[in-house]
Amino acid sequence: MSLLEINGLTRRFGGLIAVNDFNIELGEHEVVALIGPNGAGKTTVFNLISGFYQPSEGSIRFKGKDTRGLRPHQVTALGVARTFQGIRLWSEMDVLDNIRIAQHYRLGYSLLDCFLRTKNYMTREKEIDRIAWELLEAMDLKEFAHELPRNLPYGVQRRVEIARAMSVQPALLLLDEPAAGLNSADVEELIKLVRWIHERFNVTIWMIEHQMTVVMSLCSRIKVVDFGTTIADGTPEEIQSNPTVIKAYLGDDTI
Amino acid sequence: MQKKVFTIGLFACIVALVALAQFHLLDDYYLSVIMFMGVNVILAASLNLVNGYMGEFSCGHGGFMCVGAYVSSLCTVLMFSKNQMLGAPLLPPQLAFIGLPIALFIGSMAAAVAGLVVAIPSFKTRGDYLAIITLAANYIVISAINNMEFVGGPRGFMGMSATVRDMENMIDLPWMLIFVLLGMVFTIWILRRFVSSTLGKGVPAICQDEIAAEIMSVDTNHMKLIAFMLSSGLAGLAGGLYAHVLGYVNPQSFDIMRSTEVMVMVYLGGMGSLSGAAIAAVSYTVLMEALRFLDVWKWVVIPLLLILLMQFRPEGLMGNRELSDFFPKLRKYYSFK
Ligand SMILES: Nc1ncnc2c1ncn2[C@@H]1O[C@H](COP(=O)(O)OP(=O)(O)OP(=O)(O)O)[C@@H](O)[C@H]1O
Ligand SMILES: [Mg+2]
Repeated sequence: MSLLEINGLTRRFGGLIAVNDFNIELGEHEVVALIGPNGAGKTTVFNLISGFYQPSEGSIRFKGKDTRGLRPHQVTALGVARTFQGIRLWSEMDVLDNIRIAQHYRLGYSLLDCFLRTKNYMTREKEIDRIAWELLEAMDLKEFAHELPRNLPYGVQRRVEIARAMSVQPALLLLDEPAAGLNSADVEELIKLVRWIHERFNVTIWMIEHQMTVVMSLCSRIKVVDFGTTIADGTPEEIQSNPTVIKAYLGDDTI
Repeated sequence: MQKKVFTIGLFACIVALVALAQFHLLDDYYLSVIMFMGVNVILAASLNLVNGYMGEFSCGHGGFMCVGAYVSSLCTVLMFSKNQMLGAPLLPPQLAFIGLPIALFIGSMAAAVAGLVVAIPSFKTRGDYLAIITLAANYIVISAINNMEFVGGPRGFMGMSATVRDMENMIDLPWMLIFVLLGMVFTIWILRRFVSSTLGKGVPAICQDEIAAEIMSVDTNHMKLIAFMLSSGLAGLAGGLYAHVLGYVNPQSFDIMRSTEVMVMVYLGGMGSLSGAAIAAVSYTVLMEALRFLDVWKWVVIPLLLILLMQFRPEGLMGNRELSDFFPKLRKYYSFK
């Protein structure tokens, strides 16, 4: 069974069709890219999957379950985590808290437990803490645990955002332009990090990315959208030499 | 062990205060100032959960205080005093010790339920619009009570002192002082436990980036429900205590003026700081008393203070930091977060 199955997904904003008849099937352990020019509708696809928008038409099934009508936190609880195109960390809370809060859906204690500090509360909080520290350790962020995100370099903030998404312990990780705004050394780091996360956590990764070096070195499959419509789908080699893709990226005149 | 020092110190202070009151070393004036301080600490700390930690702008805290005050008063009057409208006391005076806490609890619960009037719209509405809703909620409560004849309407409601007298006749102690101080400790205790848990940290997560919170699996509606109901419930507790300290309530004392006062305390202390709220509530009460000689001019001086505060220190005295961030040594004695 495929992990994510999208059929005929369409989303309109008034007269604008941001996503048009989008289809994809993602298996376990894949790394796939979604590329396309600005405004092609890539982020909208992610927003539809995470439940932030509801589809106008079509279906999204995750682990065989229809996610239509679910609120974003419910979709996340099923095992879909994501990062954002612009960094959206909680900037007034330290890195450790940022990582901990992403475990909200499996806190495993009630408000009353919290007031009374019951044994259940204590064990659960300890467990949440342990997972957070392990993640910080694994992602080389331990030294920043008590820093506020806004005081960290941009590259580190990106890493924290990915760590926060991994704190959900997702089966599917959606990365929206993870390399945007990074210098070339940071991009190298990022490629290594994503590869390592993929191996270590056995997670399916789907990324939107403009930087071809990242896409080419990580993804086994690429999907290209333009004006909401899929224009190509294939291996990196196929995409690189696909005339429609080249046309979409460079515009009609240049060819 | 050392962590307990603070708690022990706190209870020692409470016992000392009660002893001072008991042996009439504190005159009634100081005693009542201290009790209003306690009520104000509860109000400021509870409003801080919404206005500070959650970053919403609730300006109807007085309304929830009013619900708590009237509901708990109604309970004790029904139970322990003779009332023209409500008839003879239902319970013997010996039960006042259990009756008052139960009445305070019921009052708080009623106020928490009243908090739904704001909590439910908050799922869809934020910022200015929600502020207007909180304002409306305050007005609804006041107008409703103004129109309820069985609690005296605009003339106010009394008879609560019978309960306090019952308790004092049984055991001669300054009972209301004890209840106010315990209520204050309870409020800070419950709020601190909430905001320092991973569950409670969902509240500032909503404040700092609601979309990120929802997408990182925080059930934002649920968190808003908890925050608003906890906040209004504790305001109701403050109201219940206030009503039994005074022995008399009227709707006007819970209008927008009261709500504003609480807001001033929160902004004075700092958004998202519990110790800040407590310190601000105490200083504000003292200031109000100190400025008593100014009479109505007080209401010129205090808003002016607010303007200066917003100009020069908009984050409040403490910002979102706790006492222990300023005096790290305190951490040895108590974990503030
Ligand atoms: N909430 C919305 N309301 C109206 N239009 C929207 C909304 N969200 C997205 N759009 C429009 O849908 C189209 C696709 O936007 P989207 O953000 O998905 O593009 P993208 O492929 O991610 O682009 P970029 O590479 O610039 O991030 C754009 O024309 C955008 O203006
Ligand atoms: Mg985008």
